[in-house]
Parts: sequence; C-alpha cells; structure tokens
Amino acid sequence: MLKIDNINVYYGAIHAIKGVSLEVTEGEIVTLIGANGAGKSTVLKTISGLLRSKTGEINFMGENISTLPSHKIVERGLAHVPEGRRVFLQMTVQENLEMGAYTQKNRDTDADMEQVFALFPRLLERRKQIAGTLSGGEQQMLAMGRAMMSRPRLLMLDEPSMGLAPLLVEQIFAIIQEMNKKGTSILLVEQNAQMALSIADRAYVLETGSIAVSGTGEELIESDKIRKAYLGG
Amino acid sequence: MKRIGKRLRSNLVIYGLVVVTYVVLQMVMGSGHISSSLQGQLVPICVYVVMAVSLNLTIGVLGELSLGHAGFMSVGAFTGVVACIALEGIISLGAVRMAVSMLIGAACAALAGVLIGIPVLRLSGDYLAIVTLAFGEIIKNIINCLYVGIDHRGLRISFLTSAAALELAEGGRVIIDGPMGISGIKKLSTFTMGFALILITLFIVLNLIYSRSGRAIMALRDNRIAAESVGIPATKYKMMAFVTSAALAGAAGTLYALNYSTVTAAKFNFNTSILILVFVVLGGLGNILGSIIAATVLTILPEMLRQFNDYRMLVYAVVLILVMLATNNDDFKGLLYQIRGKILARNGTKGKEGAVNE
Repeated sequence: MLKIDNINVYYGAIHAIKGVSLEVTEGEIVTLIGANGAGKSTVLKTISGLLRSKTGEINFMGENISTLPSHKIVERGLAHVPEGRRVFLQMTVQENLEMGAYTQKNRDTDADMEQVFALFPRLLERRKQIAGTLSGGEQQMLAMGRAMMSRPRLLMLDEPSMGLAPLLVEQIFAIIQEMNKKGTSILLVEQNAQMALSIADRAYVLETGSIAVSGTGEELIESDKIRKAYLGG
Repeated sequence: MKRIGKRLRSNLVIYGLVVVTYVVLQMVMGSGHISSSLQGQLVPICVYVVMAVSLNLTIGVLGELSLGHAGFMSVGAFTGVVACIALEGIISLGAVRMAVSMLIGAACAALAGVLIGIPVLRLSGDYLAIVTLAFGEIIKNIINCLYVGIDHRGLRISFLTSAAALELAEGGRVIIDGPMGISGIKKLSTFTMGFALILITLFIVLNLIYSRSGRAIMALRDNRIAAESVGIPATKYKMMAFVTSAALAGAAGTLYALNYSTVTAAKFNFNTSILILVFVVLGGLGNILGSIIAATVLTILPEMLRQFNDYRMLVYAVVLILVMLATNNDDFKGLLYQIRGKILARNGTKGKEGAVNE
C-alpha cells in the first residue's frame, strides 16, 4: 500500500536521506530501526508531507503523494504520530481526540471515539482532563488515539516508547499489535530495536541515511551483526 | 455541553459589559456630568479597543507576534477617508457614508493583510515580528509619498511627486497631500459608531474563536506539528486569522481618521503598534475581555495623569511595570497574597494569624 522509491532528502546542504526505498503491504507491521541521527524521523516526516524529498517517489494506495500537502495526505488515510507526544496541551483529552477527526467533516465521530476508548481505557477515565496534566505515557496514548480518529489505513508511529517506563512500553506495544489486528497497517520507527523487532513482520535498518539491512523481524533479531549493533550484544 | 454553556456565558458577560458601559456613558453624557476631555476620548477608546481585540486575534489566538498592526490601521484610515470624501456627492447621509467608508477601509486593509501575509506567514517567531515591523514602516513611508486628488474626472493618484502633479481640473480637491496627510476632514465618527464597531468586532472575533476554524487556529498555535499531523492546513488558517485581524484594524483606522480634522501617516508609527501590543499583553494573551479593559484604562490613564505634568509618561511607565509585575511575577503575587492574608488575619481572630501566614 505504501511504496517509497529512492527518495533523497536534504536539510540545506546536508544530505540526510540518501536513496531510501521501502515498502509496506496491507496488514503489515513494518519497523524502521537505527541509531540516533540515522534519519528515521526524517523518512516519516517526508512520507507525511512535513518535509519534501528532492528526488524519488512516494506512492500510497497507487497514488503519488510526494507533492501533496500534509493535510491532503491525512485525508488519504495516512496518519502520522510525531515524535515526542505532540498533543494539544491546553485542550482536554476529548477535544484532542476531536481534533484528530478534523479531516472527517460532517461525520459522526462518536463511534470512532468509542473505539479509541476501547483501545485506551485510560483515556476514557481522563476524558475531561487537560492534556498538559497527563503523564508521559498517557500523552503518548492520546497522540496515538488522536491519530486513530482520522480512520487511517496506515499509521506511522515515531518512537512511541521514548522516555516511558518498561511496563508502559509493553502496554503501548501490545496496543500497537491490537490496532494492527483490527486492520490498520503500521510503520513503526523505534530506538528500542528489541521491542520493535519482536512485533514486526518486516524491518529495515537505517544507517546514516541509507538502508543497510532489511528482512523479517525474526531474521534481524537472530542476525549477529544486528544484535551487536542495536540489541546490546 | 457544560463547556459550551460556560463559553456562552463568558461571551455574554463581554457583550453585556460593553453594552452596559455604553448605556451608562450615554446617560451620563445626556445629563451633562462628563468632562469634555473624557468625552473627547470616547471615540479613540473605541478605536483602541477594536485594535487591541483584533491584535489579540493574531497574537493571542494565532500565536504570532505582529509589530505592524498600526500599518493596517493606517491603510484603513487613508483608504477610508479617501472613500468618504469621494462618496460625498453620492451618499448624503453621514452615517451611511461612514459605514461604507469603513467597509472600504477594512477591505483595503484585508488586501494588505493578504499581500503581506503570503510571505510573512512562512516565517515564525522573531522573524515574523521583524517583517511585520518593517511593513508598518514601509506603509508609513509609502503614504508619505502619495498624492491623491479628486475632480470631476474622478480620483487622481500620483506617487513621489507633488500635489501639482495631480493636474486637477477646476474645482478639484487634493485629498492626500504627501507628508501633510489629509486635512479638512469632516468629523463623522461618533461614540455610537465606535460602539457599533466594537460589537461587530466582538461578534466576528468571538464567533471565529469558538468555531471549527478557531479550534484549528488554536491547535496550530499550541503545536504546529501535531496540528499538521491531524490534517489541518496551516497556511489557510494562519491567513484567515491574520487577514481578519488586519481588516478589523482597517475599520478601526477609518473610525479613527474620521474623528479628526487632519490625519498624517506619521501617526501610525511603530509607537502606535507597540501601544496596542501593550494593551494586548496587559489584558492577557487570548483574553478578549482583558484586551477591552486594558485598552480602555490605558487610553484614559495618560489623561488622568495630566496633574503630573512633565512626569506624566514616567508615572505611566511605572504603572505599566507594576501591573506587569503583579500579573506575571509569582513572588509579587505571593507577597500580595501574604499581605491580604495578614489583613484578613488581623480582622479575624488572633489565633488564626499563624496559620494564614503559613
């Protein structure tokens, strides 16, 4: 459903992404792992239209989206949960979720919200609370729930485990798997390679702007090279 | 539902206060118990209230610091007055002519807002502030070099020359005379017109803030990346807020200019922009009622401080600093609470004093 072909992204003179190609097929969880500064977040931002690739093509559901503005890309069913729990701090949990349905004009969003609350019961408890007063894990859940409100076919998650306690990380990953079972394809960027590879169907390893290795999640967990470089021995 | 009710109530409070103030002032004026200096201030107060509320839309709601708000006021003032003079023979009723002029002033300021908005809204933070500051100065200098006249052939415009270059026919009249600005304006602005403009401004701004678009604008302010990731077109909504703000400033400019016999471009300088910014900051970012109160009090205050003669602006500055300290400094607020606590304790039983000081 998503096919990226040989994209090149620059920050001014810096060549950040050097000819990256990757693919997500319907129903998959695909993960993109790599060290700090490898360009993982840059790839996601380019797909969702926040950054532009100089060359190459991004195809989503058979349409070239590499020149579309970001709000049109969301309308096509490709949602992005940016890094660092970017929620609307001054709005309540419910209002944040309503914002997520922004592109769903004239449609009743109650059912969607019920689904989000089913995935994240914690958000239901905090429905009327101001988002800025939520804990880090709850804000991450809110950011994910908000993205689900736009009824995405493909959900891109940027470092959902960042700065969370191990128990919460497990919860978040369990929810990602549940979302996937309900029919949303996932493209997951992670530093926590162990967790990411354990739930992924396929994985790509990004090194200084290019894809170094790719394979199924199991293959990469078992590869010596990957274990040494990313999984701590 | 409860939230909506709360909002409606707070909006009604704003409208109510404005209407009550207007009615009370009208009654006081009717009975003649109002000083002539305050009476002269009524229209400027209305102008500054509209300016402050509209700038609050850019700064408080959209979250972009604009330092060129007087520039839009200037565009509205000059185009509005030119329209008013040009329409003199066509619309005889003063109030109607003035309303049409204000609409034209607002439309021209909105157009200026679109033109300046296209490049400026790609910037953010300090850069946006610098460019809007430059815009205010550029508008001032353009109008200083502009000559506009009217005769039986219609409006005649000349740039960077002199009034003679307009080559007006017999019976023609120079309207904008370069750096001399416009003189001989027939005063059309009234307190009631100002009041009406405030109500219209409040209606537009409050409805915008609490609409779907307003929510999108505030989402952009709170977190631009998150807003774009849920599919909010950033440019469209930034432009909507910025242009609305400019148009309202334009209407206020027309109201202002038609209150005096002469108006020059130098009036709408950087100091005016900063003055309005002070109203907005003191009233509270995003707080519409705060803007109204701050604009009113700070327009009257310098007049009331006349008794300090030369030290007037010094006292004004000290008052501003004190208000800022009181509203923003936690230590100062703590001190005020302590003093209040002590007073309450003294009035109450002696035994409770220690607990209040804690």
